[in-house]
Amino acid sequence: MAFFFAQFLTGLANAAALFLVASGLSLIFGVTRIVNFAHGSFYMLGAFVGVTLMDVLPGAVGFWGAIILTGLAVGAIGAFVEMVVLRPIYRAPELFQLVATFGVILVIQDLALMIWGAEDRLGPRAPGLRGVWRIFGEPVPKYDIILIAITPFILFALWYLITRTRVGVLVRAATQDREMVGALGVNQARLFTGVFALGSALAGWGGALQLPKGGADLLMDFNIIGAVFVVVVIGGMGSLPGAFIAAVLISVLSVFGVTYLPQSTLVLMFVVMAIVLIVRPYGLLGREEVAGEHGQVGAPETPIRPYGRTGKLLVAGLLALLAALPLFAEQFVLTLTVDMIVFALFAASLHFILGTGGLVSFGHAAFFGGGAYAAALLVFHTDTRMELAFLFAPFAAGLLALGIGWFCIRLTGVYFAMLTLAFSQLVWSLAFQWRDVTRGDDGLVNIWPAEWLNSPAAYYYFTLALGVGGILFLRHVIHAPFGYALRAGRDSPRQAEATGIDVKRIQYAAFALAGAMAGLAGGIFVFSKGSVFPTELEIGASFDALIVVFLGGVKTLAGGVVGAGFMTLVEDWLTRLEYWRLLLGLLIIAVVIIAPEGIVGSLRSLWTRIRGTESEVTK
Amino acid sequence: MTFTRRTLLAMATALAPIAMLTPVAALAQDSIKIGEINHYKRLAAFAEPYKLGIELAVDEVNADGGVLGKPLEFIFRDDQGDPAEAIKIAEELMTREGAVMLTGTILSNVGLALSSFAAEKGYLYLASEPLADSLVWASGNPQTFRLRTSTWVQAAMLAEEAAKTDAVRYATIAPNYAYGQDAVAAFKENLLRLKPDVEFVAEQWPALFKIDAGAEVQALERAKPDAIYNVTFGTDLAKFVRDGGDRGLFDGRNVYGLLTGEPEYLDPLGDEAPEGWFVTGYPWYALADGTPGKTFVDAYMDTTGETPKIGSLVGYMTVLSIAAAIEKAGATDTASLIAAFEGLEIEDTPIGLLSYRELDNQSTMGAYVGTLAVEDGKGVMVDWSYKDPAPYMPTDDEIRAMRPAE
Repeated sequence: MAFFFAQFLTGLANAAALFLVASGLSLIFGVTRIVNFAHGSFYMLGAFVGVTLMDVLPGAVGFWGAIILTGLAVGAIGAFVEMVVLRPIYRAPELFQLVATFGVILVIQDLALMIWGAEDRLGPRAPGLRGVWRIFGEPVPKYDIILIAITPFILFALWYLITRTRVGVLVRAATQDREMVGALGVNQARLFTGVFALGSALAGWGGALQLPKGGADLLMDFNIIGAVFVVVVIGGMGSLPGAFIAAVLISVLSVFGVTYLPQSTLVLMFVVMAIVLIVRPYGLLGREEVAGEHGQVGAPETPIRPYGRTGKLLVAGLLALLAALPLFAEQFVLTLTVDMIVFALFAASLHFILGTGGLVSFGHAAFFGGGAYAAALLVFHTDTRMELAFLFAPFAAGLLALGIGWFCIRLTGVYFAMLTLAFSQLVWSLAFQWRDVTRGDDGLVNIWPAEWLNSPAAYYYFTLALGVGGILFLRHVIHAPFGYALRAGRDSPRQAEATGIDVKRIQYAAFALAGAMAGLAGGIFVFSKGSVFPTELEIGASFDALIVVFLGGVKTLAGGVVGAGFMTLVEDWLTRLEYWRLLLGLLIIAVVIIAPEGIVGSLRSLWTRIRGTESEVTK
Repeated sequence: MTFTRRTLLAMATALAPIAMLTPVAALAQDSIKIGEINHYKRLAAFAEPYKLGIELAVDEVNADGGVLGKPLEFIFRDDQGDPAEAIKIAEELMTREGAVMLTGTILSNVGLALSSFAAEKGYLYLASEPLADSLVWASGNPQTFRLRTSTWVQAAMLAEEAAKTDAVRYATIAPNYAYGQDAVAAFKENLLRLKPDVEFVAEQWPALFKIDAGAEVQALERAKPDAIYNVTFGTDLAKFVRDGGDRGLFDGRNVYGLLTGEPEYLDPLGDEAPEGWFVTGYPWYALADGTPGKTFVDAYMDTTGETPKIGSLVGYMTVLSIAAAIEKAGATDTASLIAAFEGLEIEDTPIGLLSYRELDNQSTMGAYVGTLAVEDGKGVMVDWSYKDPAPYMPTDDEIRAMRPAE
């Protein structure tokens, strides 16, 4: 019994920092609707700033003073980021801002490396709080008790701020309907900056408070972000008490998981999230999302139509150039182009459900990697012929999408996104942990193409045919009645239902098709690289695709393909440089600010403006 | 605000040309180029000392007249820690940049991807730092050589020490991925062979760099082991040591720590380094004057102004190995280089004689083992010794059985 109690206390202590960070993210999302990927970076900044301040300020006063100052400093950085990076793009399509926050992550990573160096910093001990107290004979670190004691005060302070002050009234009003708040004369820009600063400060405090239990290192931004999103989603996005309950729930369950199921450490919280979302689609205390009900942000989308003559000629010219490439280009250019086509097909498949279907998936890599693994497992274990194994890739990925989609499709918006993320984590952990079959982190190696395809030029044409074919096929589907039905379901589910379209079924089918096409890309990928590792299934792989789709332009048909091409080239060039993350981050932020409709979307707007009115172009 | 935005863009434009100059761009035409692929940003703490070690050795080699009369040159490329990216870069280095062979990587999965790629395309790959033993054993191939001491051997050294004690109840804690699992399996197998009555009463598997130290310590304590085998490293190790120390987990128990004594992991712990642990590591501060090891340490500290890490040593020896192989081959084509690496012997490296075994392409780099103590507010290894790996290796027949198609 005493042991249980001690474990429970450990869980509560862990919940403290997690709750702080998660409540910040939840606040930011609730008011600004920004899915802030960079939230983990503010947590990391909090840790580094905290360590630095604690080195300077002596004693207990210095320690606690440093923590308070850290929050203020990180809050100020957050306000700066909001004003410079995010404010110009609030009118951009929904979720577009997450691309900008991704740029912020890269910039902060390199700046932190420049300022604090590469070595991990061990956090200073809280003065006078080293060692343990015995509770029912079990040792409990003193600092854990302090953390447990502090958390309710923070929760209370936040609760008071939100429910009892004028600022809180505004925040709640903005959470419900930010346009109405603006219409009533509230300065939205200041409100958003303030909330973003508060959210960042909370993350900074979280980073500083955990110092005596750990330290500061350059990987902690990505290491916490998964757990934070899980907590926010389980609690219900935008709900502070929900975030608190979820933080405690996840932390305590993790502690028991460590003891009774030590192998579960990788997936436990994602399993919990999946179960909660399947039972309660809006989290424990969340409400149904209202975003989008008042119409999409930004300019309404122009009706889609096939390319005009100029467009067709342009595409034909590009294809001819690609077909002639092996005649004059070096081998490496072919390889780079293969990479580009694979990524373009992957991005196009995500763009298909995201742009056309309105389903934002955060776990699309499950199908890309799933396809790659399906083919690789056949080759590795049964020596299947490459041609057969290759066909298995889209087939298996499609089946996987049918399975995952069955659970996910009933959800909408960010909750849909998070459930896809949870499932992709489950697929990842399967590949990571089931070593007898997948060899775990050691991956499956020596998966090379059949003899007749094993020259750079041959495999290039193979990729060109299937990759471009896949992209054109997806495009064709968008222009087919199925695509129209899918878009109808995206723009107005109720009206679509009224005209007899089974929206959920159409979406389910589109999800499976997108999965199969991602699997096709995965199949091409695995035979071009000769190996596959769980990295292809990581959250980061899903986000890569997400970012290029947004960067290219969600509301355009070529967005995914163009974004993928752009990103592959830019990365290939920038990673040769010393501070490539900083430059890449700044470049992403710059593109986002200059082209808030994505590259293709903004080029189109520019084109329209040069050519005169829209109607002239449509001819 | 327009101002800020403009400044930001101006900054980006201004920085770009400066940054473009940073990589080694314009080079002497007829240098011998080596493609070095690593995770310079993602694992900066490990990759930076490694790179400094390489640069030191390259300068020394070139000051001595280079190899085959030409300067040796390393092309450093960042793969973002992504195996697929690494393969793309490898191809570019070999087909476009004129590299004669490939080396690098710390992460095992990237190393395995490069190894498979090298075998398929007929390139030579020297796996300098990856920890996975399957590089030379289960997934070994003739194109891949490996420098870093094998995990099996280091675990066997700790198991040998553990077998000398009366402890029979063991608990293990290791990061939940391939390396951690292999390291635990190797320790178990060696210890059970030496001492069959040993019992493993708990196995803890925290997620890499996401340890819940309090919970792990409680779970270990609950199993009441006599001794603990630790494979965690980096931030996981720091949290584990801190929480375990506070809660008294290590009191009266023998602890065996794989890699715990390596400066990369020991230095950040400062005066909280866990005293009494028996570990593998790198006691550069205690090497005797006049030995090649000490000469390297002095040269490294002189040129970089930093204390060496084990990565520095590995980077340095990577260059020594490559330079020796090229000299021995007398040419830079892959076939000659592979032939030269088979059974290559290099005198007077910082660890003494270094050779590459013909049997499995593994180097004979051994490991330093010793006990941790705290001196002057820093963790150090005391009563240490350098152990040759040969006695700890599986038998030749076992290795032949593991290596496919040879």
